[in-house]
Amino acid sequence: MKYEAVIGLEVHAQMRTESKIFCGCSTRFGSEPNTQTCEICIGMPGVLPVLNKKALEFAIRTGLAMGCTISAYSRFARKNYFYPDLPKGYQISQFEHPICEHGHVDVAVDGETKRVRITRIHMEEDAGKNIHEGGGNYSFVDLNRAGVPLMEIVSEPDIRSPKEASEYMKKLRTILRYLGVCDGNMDQGSLRCDANVSVRPVGQKEYGTRAEVKNINSFRFVEKAIDYEIRRQIRVVEEGGKVVQETRLWDSAKGITESMRSKEEAHDYRYFPEPDLVPIAAERRWIDELRASLPELPDAKKVRFVSAYGLPEYDADLLTSEKAVAEWFEEAVKAGGQPKAVSNWMMGDLMKLLNGDNREIGDCPVGPERLAGMLKLIDKGTISGKIAKTVFEEMYRSGKDAEQIVREKGLLQISDESAIEKTVDELIARHPAEVERFRGGEEKLLGFFVGQAMKAMKGKANPQVLNELLKKKLS
Amino acid sequence: MKISIDHIASLARLSVSEEEKSLFGAQLESILSYMDKLNELDTSAVDPTSHVLEISNVTREDVTAQSLDREDALANAPDKTEKFYRVPKIIE
Repeated sequence: MKYEAVIGLEVHAQMRTESKIFCGCSTRFGSEPNTQTCEICIGMPGVLPVLNKKALEFAIRTGLAMGCTISAYSRFARKNYFYPDLPKGYQISQFEHPICEHGHVDVAVDGETKRVRITRIHMEEDAGKNIHEGGGNYSFVDLNRAGVPLMEIVSEPDIRSPKEASEYMKKLRTILRYLGVCDGNMDQGSLRCDANVSVRPVGQKEYGTRAEVKNINSFRFVEKAIDYEIRRQIRVVEEGGKVVQETRLWDSAKGITESMRSKEEAHDYRYFPEPDLVPIAAERRWIDELRASLPELPDAKKVRFVSAYGLPEYDADLLTSEKAVAEWFEEAVKAGGQPKAVSNWMMGDLMKLLNGDNREIGDCPVGPERLAGMLKLIDKGTISGKIAKTVFEEMYRSGKDAEQIVREKGLLQISDESAIEKTVDELIARHPAEVERFRGGEEKLLGFFVGQAMKAMKGKANPQVLNELLKKKLS
Repeated sequence: MKISIDHIASLARLSVSEEEKSLFGAQLESILSYMDKLNELDTSAVDPTSHVLEISNVTREDVTAQSLDREDALANAPDKTEKFYRVPKIIE
């Protein structure tokens, strides 16, 4: 029998605020343990949480970017459970009346656009961090992260394959980074994903029983964990068993998901409205202001890159995957670079160098106007396209501009016919046999002569002039 | 009985004796039946009350403030190290 997977994702995104969601403690990552806490975030009696306005703004901006309705009335709720990283014995979250509902995100998978509906986006506080290593019979708790603002973005079960799931995740990350509301760093836990996975025979309308897979913390694992879980469930069904509704933990070292029996009882969260925080009734005028201030989003930018710059879809897709990359491209074009040439250099040599150094485009030692400057030298025939590769790498390593490097290293392209002619004459004299064969009809030998001439001239010969001269002299 | 004392006790991480179970069971039962009295009222035209204050939108600016010294933060913990709260090993 053929099976189909039904997948919904719950993505937790850490909001990029300076301070925590309900108190003034810093959200900085990597500080000494338990140095960023106060009476509010460690749950001392009698304290009063107050909502960070920036966190509310970020959640609303995200909702607007994903086509959600922003609730006229929204409130927080207490989610009650016990765990050592949860100092109050409840997490302040949202249950009924989340801040955003009913949105969607379009995802391109294998050349087709797929719409994934967003059920809701709600705000909540993060828990602390448990450390299990090196403690013998103990675990250790760091509460710096307790109270850091999160958005939980919940999708409808519209996803049908591991690939779609990871593309959806990537798209969310792109949008969140465009909005500047989350740094999208999965390694540091700024973006986390739980997946609800079930399988059903193709054609069946009802959903199968789902399992929730937790602890997916990289893009690679989104696909792997879901793929494993789908296979596991199909195996269970084919062997005549039943999928159990449960929470499963993804173990990236073993590459499997395992049942978390300990979580089962805790599922009775006894939500109730948070009495310490008053409701939110976001003003229409503010929402309209936020809507008007949204940046151009990746989908719109991609369409514009194709129409305004005549780029292929593939180029436009890559260039708009990061806002900073798209801006870099547009600056290079504004500085006089021909769009397709800029795109080729960015997707080729530039990305290769940046990836090799694990650098972001913001830290690129070559600025966009420098690339444009080098492209002008190619257009003018000052340097050949081949030499330009060397020049570009040198620009990247030394921080110097193209003209300076060309001057210092003597890389000027030689277009002077007499200089090239001398080399060509020598070549013809040295290779009489090849000359005969060429004249006998073996035209592909032209490549051999071009190669030899370029080698002799250290790649600096103007290829057009060289080609013409060779053809003239050989025939 | 409308409620399971065992379930509530386990959610609250409390261990209760058989004696306590029947004592608390009866007490909770009487509280619930008192609440049932409210059900005699027709509230179909009344919005559920989640907050008694008629205010909304209380927020603070995103500005950091001084956190507690670690020593102070950990002072009340029943078990700790120099840097961490210490708890019995958490096994998943």
